[in-house]
Amino acid sequence: MNREDFTILQQDPNLIYFDNSATTLKPKKVLEKITEYYNQYTANAHRGDYDNSLRVDEEYEKVREKVQKLIHNPSTKEIVFTSGATDSLNMVVFGFMRYHLCPGEEVLITKAEHASNVLPWMRLKEETQIEVNYIPLENHQVTIENVKKSITPQTRVISLAHVTNVLGDERPIQEIGKLCKERGIYLVVDGSQSVPHLPIDVQKLGIDFLAFSGHKMLGPTGVGVLYGREDLLEQLVPTRLGGGMNASFDSEGTVDYKSLPSRLEAGTPNIEGVLGMGAAIDYLLDVGLETIHQHEIELKKYAVERLSQIPNLELYNKDIENGMIAFNIQGVFSQDTAVYLNHYHICVRAGNHCAKILKEDLNIKNTCRISFYLYNTKEEIDELVRVLEKSEDIFKVVL
Amino acid sequence: MDPNVRRQILLDHYQNPSHHGLTEDPEYIKINTNNESCIDNLDILYKIKDGVIEDICFDGEACAISTSATSIMIEKLIGKTVEEAKELLKNYEAMINEESYDSEILGELNAYDEIYRQPNRKKCALLPFESLKKVLNQIEK
Ligand SMILES: Cc1ncc(COP(=O)(O)O)c(C=O)c1O
Repeated sequence: MNREDFTILQQDPNLIYFDNSATTLKPKKVLEKITEYYNQYTANAHRGDYDNSLRVDEEYEKVREKVQKLIHNPSTKEIVFTSGATDSLNMVVFGFMRYHLCPGEEVLITKAEHASNVLPWMRLKEETQIEVNYIPLENHQVTIENVKKSITPQTRVISLAHVTNVLGDERPIQEIGKLCKERGIYLVVDGSQSVPHLPIDVQKLGIDFLAFSGHKMLGPTGVGVLYGREDLLEQLVPTRLGGGMNASFDSEGTVDYKSLPSRLEAGTPNIEGVLGMGAAIDYLLDVGLETIHQHEIELKKYAVERLSQIPNLELYNKDIENGMIAFNIQGVFSQDTAVYLNHYHICVRAGNHCAKILKEDLNIKNTCRISFYLYNTKEEIDELVRVLEKSEDIFKVVL
Repeated sequence: MDPNVRRQILLDHYQNPSHHGLTEDPEYIKINTNNESCIDNLDILYKIKDGVIEDICFDGEACAISTSATSIMIEKLIGKTVEEAKELLKNYEAMINEESYDSEILGELNAYDEIYRQPNRKKCALLPFESLKKVLNQIEK
């Protein structure tokens, strides 16, 4: 779909980009928005009284409304611009949880989480003696039964990726959200791999905090979102202090912070990033997230059907309905496979996908990962299949 | 080097690496390569006594380039003095980085003399030598 909107695909017709879980290509509209800002109304945000500055404010705040539409939440106060999912998750852990969890209280995650949803918790554990425990995976996936079994009287937080970046499995967030509500547990969701690919309704899902990145949804790098329930964000202690977030302060050290969300956006924001992300959201909503989701599912079905016929190929997540395929060529290290595919301009990711503790659960340490997006096609899959079918000469190519 | 010869050397060492398999012997110093690379995960164990490398062995998961380079490096190093190991290291790094080097002392390691054409694989070819550097630093402390 929509390939003509992506300059990179027009300029390099041989490129087969299958690494959309890492980052996505950018449509012209996003780049146009960024250059529009620099060419037509460069100015800082929240600062001036001249036309261009007001225009920046207006454009910047409009993006909050776009995010609002994207995740179906009612208040723009609940949307904070960050530098990305990693930044958002760190803010939740060090600005909120640090002040709300007591020694011995428990955070539940899984071994399939991205480093950005593991390491901040580990640090907090070191600093405040909280417990970090793992919900056991069933066939690599989270089940509501295992969530129930894992919850103890000490459980205060459940922090999970909505969709993982390893196998692309979707977690039953709505059911988990209900459980959390009943038991007064905070639900933190890493939406890095879900917000770009599925329709999301934070309220229906019962999410307290949601983190995601612009660059994985057609937007620029270095920008993302933290959604938080207003009553919780009110208590989130700013982890960065500076201009734009204070109303007043004096030499005695009395500081008065601005209201939400500005309080949590210290310093000159990534204005081009926010505006670019806004254009990306418009684009996604125009195409329709359900349409994108269905397109990816269809591509995967097609790919699995064809790839299953290649005898020396191992597919790890055939049955998971999404746009991600994890595989290996038997007896070949995943990185060698990725280098081989690169020879044919096919971009895939090899590795453990930053979920380093998953290997303790999964017997495969490294995989090649294909992840689709709206612009991928069945023809590209045909080319992938053609190349993998003749992979007996892989070492002729990679060595 | 003829590309077919080159490929055959690498493939032989990848598919049948030398000194593959770890030992529990406490006299060996273990260096893991995971720090240098997110994906190649090799344990390389060195037994160095009185300035001589008596034995090396390794195990783990890594790509064809890293694995074969490790196997060849080990064959070249066993029985050598620490000084000779440093000389080998220096010349190998020079070759990978397209500087002048003595190809004579590199032997089969010359098979990596065109790795610079694939910059993303230089790290793989250097991986075992990073571990060698670490172990040499450790014993000098
Ligand atoms: C599941 C998941 N969480 C978090 C992140 C971190 O995103 P970023 O690096 O954009 O902050 C990623 C990106 O790789 C991811 O896939």
